[in-house]
Amino acid sequence: MTGSIAAVGAGLAVIGAGLGIGKIGGSAMEAIARQPEAAAKIQTAMIIAAALVEGVALFGVVVALMSK
Amino acid sequence: MTSKINTFKKFANIHFVVVTLLMLSFNNLFGSEPQEGQTEAEVHSAASSVPHESHAEGGPVDITAVAFEHILDSHSWHFWGEGHDAVSLPLPVILKGKNGIYTFMSSEFHHDNQGFVVVEKNGERFVNFEEKIYFANETPNEYGQYVSLTAADKEVAVLNETPLDFSITKNVTQMFISMFVLFWLFISIANAYKTTGVTSAPKGKQSFFEPLIIFVRDDIAKGNIGHGSEKFVPYLLTVFFLILVNNVFGLIPIGANLTGNIAFTLVLSTATLIITNLNGNKNYWSHIFLPHAPKAIWPILIPIEIAGIFIKPIALMIRLFANMTAGHIIVISLIGLIFVFKSAMIGFVSVPFALFIDILECLVAFLQAFIFTMLTALFIGSAVADHHEDSHQDEDHNLAKSHH
Repeated sequence: MTGSIAAVGAGLAVIGAGLGIGKIGGSAMEAIARQPEAAAKIQTAMIIAAALVEGVALFGVVVALMSK
Repeated sequence: MTSKINTFKKFANIHFVVVTLLMLSFNNLFGSEPQEGQTEAEVHSAASSVPHESHAEGGPVDITAVAFEHILDSHSWHFWGEGHDAVSLPLPVILKGKNGIYTFMSSEFHHDNQGFVVVEKNGERFVNFEEKIYFANETPNEYGQYVSLTAADKEVAVLNETPLDFSITKNVTQMFISMFVLFWLFISIANAYKTTGVTSAPKGKQSFFEPLIIFVRDDIAKGNIGHGSEKFVPYLLTVFFLILVNNVFGLIPIGANLTGNIAFTLVLSTATLIITNLNGNKNYWSHIFLPHAPKAIWPILIPIEIAGIFIKPIALMIRLFANMTAGHIIVISLIGLIFVFKSAMIGFVSVPFALFIDILECLVAFLQAFIFTMLTALFIGSAVADHHEDSHQDEDHNLAKSHH
């Protein structure tokens, strides 16, 4: 087998981000369904949280890039 | 109506100035084509035999190299074309060599960044290898490069010494451009407030920026810092708009990737580190050095808290850098698929997808500017917070909201 172990690391980072953003999105959906009038506020908070999770995933990408 | 025409005229004037400046620099560019045909031939014959030449005709395309070329800083502002057909804006190179300081335009390297062209100044010889300037060797190597290379598992390392490089690189130029844009925008907005007052309806640029400024002041500064947030609003506004403008410039296809440069984000996060800690009150420092915990775990807790002072800005630095860099890499990789598969048909898939990512990047450009500013405000807020602040803060917040 050939290839870079960094690719595995990048893949793991994506799994983590997927779980994180999925959880945030799912919870936001539930919250909006309960309280549709608060949708705008929930969306803003959701996007911020998603961006923070994405940021952590990108740390993984940076490590994968550095060790290419 | 007349005001609209006036605004248009103003825009036209600015366009004229920009175009003239560009023209002047292009003139410079054409003047910089290699004079000696011999050098050109030399470069061409040598280029085809270099092992890590990424754009060799017919060979497989190395997308990683192309992507890195796009996201990294360089000594000339490349627009389009390859090799000697490349259209690029030469930028000044400022070096401190062994015997003095040398200034010349990067066009003296004749678009070379593989170490073929030597620029000699006052007996000191310089080459450009992958956009880094080195002292040149006396004699070229087997490929015609004036640098000593060692290849250890695919990584090429350069053994030559480097001069101190103070060049106005692509990123520095971008920073100057953003600086002028910001000065122009905000001085004209400030003047508008001076002439029409703060109570009359905003016009033109004002209409776009007033909500953003108020958002930073009320939601970011007041929301996270609370009392005494006015002191930090200028810094937060500066950080927000500097990052925003540079993020947006980075999205323009020929723009420079300034916020995806770790040195730039390092400076921003260092400013946050300094401001946070200079304003830290008794509460903040006692949380770090006298934590509310059993004394037995202080030896663990205090080092962690001290490390936390530095880890928070480091996370800020990496977050902005990684977000912007990753976005650019994704776009170039998608476009690069066309060249990897050597089929224009791939374009029907990859171009719409790249457009989608680009639009997502527009969101990310705003979001990252917001997150950096908000976290900065949060850190400052934790440094200046007293214990019984929360109720006050909410009152202020609501008061400010009802005003608008």
